[in-house]
Order: sequence, then structure tokens, then C-alpha cells
Amino acid sequence: MVKVFIYPATSLILSDMVTRFGHTPLGSAIAIRERVQTPGLESVPLQITPEEPKKGLRWAAVEVPSGVRGRMSLYGPMVEECDAAIIINNADLAFGCMGCARTNELLKFLLRQKDIPKLELEYPANEDEGVRFVAAIKKFLNDLGGKP
Amino acid sequence: MTAPVRIAQLSCGPDYSGVQQEINAAAKTVNGEIFFPDVALKDITRDFDAFGLEVRSPDLKLAISRAMALVDGRVEADAVFIATCFRCAEAAIVRNELRRYILEHSKLPVVSYSFTERTTAGTLLTRMEALTTIARRRALLAREVQEGITLGIDSGSSTTKAILMKDNKIIGTGWQPTTEVLKCAREVVDHALAEAGMKLEAVQAIGTTGYGRFLVGKDFNADLIQEELTVNSKGAVYLANKQHGPATVIDIGGMDNKAITVMDGIPGTFTMGGICAGASGRFLEMTAKRLGVDITELGPLAMKGMGSRVPMNSYCIVFGTQSLVNALAAGSTREDVAAAACHSVAEQVFEQQLQEVDIKEPVLMVGGTSLIEGLVHAMGELLKVKIVVPPHSQYIGAVGSALLASGFIKDGTDAGH
Repeated sequence: MVKVFIYPATSLILSDMVTRFGHTPLGSAIAIRERVQTPGLESVPLQITPEEPKKGLRWAAVEVPSGVRGRMSLYGPMVEECDAAIIINNADLAFGCMGCARTNELLKFLLRQKDIPKLELEYPANEDEGVRFVAAIKKFLNDLGGKP
Repeated sequence: MTAPVRIAQLSCGPDYSGVQQEINAAAKTVNGEIFFPDVALKDITRDFDAFGLEVRSPDLKLAISRAMALVDGRVEADAVFIATCFRCAEAAIVRNELRRYILEHSKLPVVSYSFTERTTAGTLLTRMEALTTIARRRALLAREVQEGITLGIDSGSSTTKAILMKDNKIIGTGWQPTTEVLKCAREVVDHALAEAGMKLEAVQAIGTTGYGRFLVGKDFNADLIQEELTVNSKGAVYLANKQHGPATVIDIGGMDNKAITVMDGIPGTFTMGGICAGASGRFLEMTAKRLGVDITELGPLAMKGMGSRVPMNSYCIVFGTQSLVNALAAGSTREDVAAAACHSVAEQVFEQQLQEVDIKEPVLMVGGTSLIEGLVHAMGELLKVKIVVPPHSQYIGAVGSALLASGFIKDGTDAGH
């Protein structure tokens, strides 16, 4: 069993797949809703305090916007902790979505820098691509030693 | 209690910056209620494509969709608050374009702000107060004529001012540097009353503004306690006799700067702030002190100099002063240094704040710094317009307060104070 960072971190589908194959998903378990009534698409609970952006200084310098640093204070430790990563690029909003493009760029860079097994895929545009997309994720999770 | 003003928030990053609670608290203080316009996921992509600004951050796409929902009337609101992370270029572009879009396509008052994790409810309070005032008190702000006998007190960070008005005319003034807030307020009021030969009992309504407005307002039992953004813009267009059509008001204050666009006497959009005291009246005070002249002499001195001869960047008041000392040590004339200081302050207000409002003529400069001729000249050069400095411009907040306070005179009462 390994710890797999999922990107987008909010993707319940990815999180579910990782769990089904006996691994631990690292991401933010926030449901993507049909309607958005919070500040952002993947808004955090309001107990996030101004201390979090300061903790984020470990991954991003002080001139980096506070929203990026606040996000990194949550995701940075997960990137450090993960043994593998699945990155889905250009995902549909309904699949899972992270609000800040700059944070997303930094997260993906940190994952790519890390010497761990990684799977990077484009989000499927049609059914055939969808079948190949799911098969690739299954194979990757299997190869990590997950249960079949 | 009146229903809260519903303020639609369009934002990116406040929750992750830990400042959403501060935004909520500031709004609540002025009986405002923050809400997030409800949009469907499927609408976000459609609206974003229609708007045509290709940003990458999904939360900015959400902000665009929410702005379009407000303008289209799919979601109802009384006012709009746009907030994004400070130092994010992508967000800054969206913030500006959304502000412009909403102002052009709706009647909703808008304020935009770039926050850091250090932003507090106190910092946001004046902006929220102005926003809710514009939304709630349009009738009050529509006042164009002062009636009866009213007193306006502006308890500013640098100076305290009082204005006594009667039947649309200024009949008494008082001005002094702010030290003890209440003592100064009482003294300037006494001065204004003495000048007019009147007693406080004759005053029918009182308005207060400025940083000390709550304390002074309570002490004088004021009828109107109002932030300086709306009050100053009213005072400016009233004194300049530009109450109809568009105008832009610039107030470079002792502690912060304000830039306000006005339409028919009612503020539309505004920015308030300043990165450092290097872009405020405080830097000019320091310059005057270092040059050994009174602040009133700095302007005429600057008009005789050439600012371009002195390298100066007062982004920070410490570095700005260093440039000033270096220039004098290298043999620069006092006139050139004075001109460079004025240009530096004007340039920073231009670069940091005036980019966030759409400058429409006439451009009115008000507040104590508008009496510094060199600063007005430098701002005019940067904006390529002729700046108008209305009479009594240093009393702008007090005049605005006295003008608006006359809306509180009760029929049949001869005096209330």
C-alpha cells in the first residue's frame, strides 16, 4: 500500500479509485457540487487562519500571493509525504478542480521533481479516451502493488 | 433595524489566505451581509467563454461567471466587493476588468481590494462603510445644497478641520494638526464658531468624518458619522461646482490616499490605500522639514525646480529620505529636490492607485496636499490633464459632512446642539 497524491486534489473519482486499489489517496476530500455557493470552487473550511499562509513560506517565498501560500500549507506536506502521484491535466470542473492556477503549476512542478512513480494524463475528451484513461490509472495503481 | 445591504463577493484566495472572516466581520459592522452569487458549474465555462478574458485560475473564472450573473440579473445584490490576492498579476487583471464591466453594465456600487494574510476587518471597514452607504443612502448622497446651520468636523490622521455652514455658504473654519483627537476637535469647532460669531447651540445638525469620526461623533452627539470616501467626494464636487456628470477626486492624505470616481455627485468606484508612507503627504512633510521650509512653502519651491535632475523613488519613506539626503549632499538645489519629491509622490499614487479607477475629467485634487502647488503640477503632468483644486480644498471632508448633515435637520426644530 502506498500513499498516492492525486491531482486535482479535490477529485472524488481519483480518490475513490486509489482507495479501491488498496492505496491511500492524498488530496482534499471535498465534494464537487453542482452549485457553487462558497468563495471558491474548492473552498476550505473557515478555520483556515492567517497562520496558514505563513506556514506556506516553506514552499513559496513571501512575494508569492497569500492564497498560493495558504494552499501550499495544506498541499505541500502531502507532496512531501506521497510515494506516488497521479496528475490529470485539463480536467473538467466536475471531475475535480483547484482554484488557483499558480498553485497548480507549483504543485505539479514539485511532484515532477520528486523521484517517485508518476502517471500524468490528459483528461479524456470522448468515450474511447475515457476507457483508455481508466485503464491507464488501473494499471498504474496495480503496478504500485495494489490489490487487483 | 434595517435589512442588511447584500454585498456580492467576487474573489480568488481569501479563504486560503485566512481573511474571509475579516471580510465578513467588516461587512457585518456596517450592517452589510457578504454572499457568494450562486452559479451552476455548467454556467461557469459558458460565461467565461462569453466574457473573453483567457485566465487560467478556475476561481477567477468563477468570479467572471458570478459578475455576469449579477449584471444579467440572474442574481440580485445591492453592492459588489471584488477581492483577490495582492501580487497576483492574473487576478489584478481580472479584478480591474470585472470592476469596469460591472460599472459599465449595471448600477451596482463596486469596491475592489487586493489582500494579504495581514488584512484585517479594520482595514476593510472604511471601504465597506462607503460601499454600504452608496447602496443604502443614495437619497442622502444626492443632496446638492446645504441648508440651515450645520457643522462638519473632519478628524483626520494628520489634521483636524471644522467647517460651519449657513444657507449654502461657509461662515466659519477651524484647522489644526491632530494631536489629542477630542481636544483638537473641540478647538477647531470653537475656532469656526468664533469666526462666525455663533454658539454651538445654534447648530442644527452635525456631521463627522475621518479616522476619529466615531469618537468625535459621539462627543458632539453628531447626526451623521460617515467615512471619508463618500463625504470627501461630495465635498469635492460641491466646492468645485461639478455636481453633475462625471468627475474624479484625488485626495493624497497624511496616512492614506483616496481616488474616487463620481457620477452626478455619487461615488462610483474608489481605491484607498498606499503601499508606504513614501506615497503620502507624510513624505512631503518630511521633505519640507529636511529642506528647512514650512510645508506651505514646499509647493512654490518645487515649481521653481526640475524634478528630473534628482533621482528619487519614495516607494518607501526611508529610502525616499535617503535619496533626498544623497541628492542634497551631491549638490542638488533645494528647488530640484522639492520638485523631485512632489513628482515621486504623484508618480506612486498614479502607478499604484489611479490604475484602479477610470479617470474622468474634471480631475479634482482635494485635502491639505492639494495646496502643495508642485504636487498638483506633477499629478497634472502624469495624467495629462488640468487638475482642478476647488476653493477650501483642505476642508473637503468637513464641508462634505456639513453639506450631508443638513439632510438631518428636523422640521420645526430651531437647534439641536
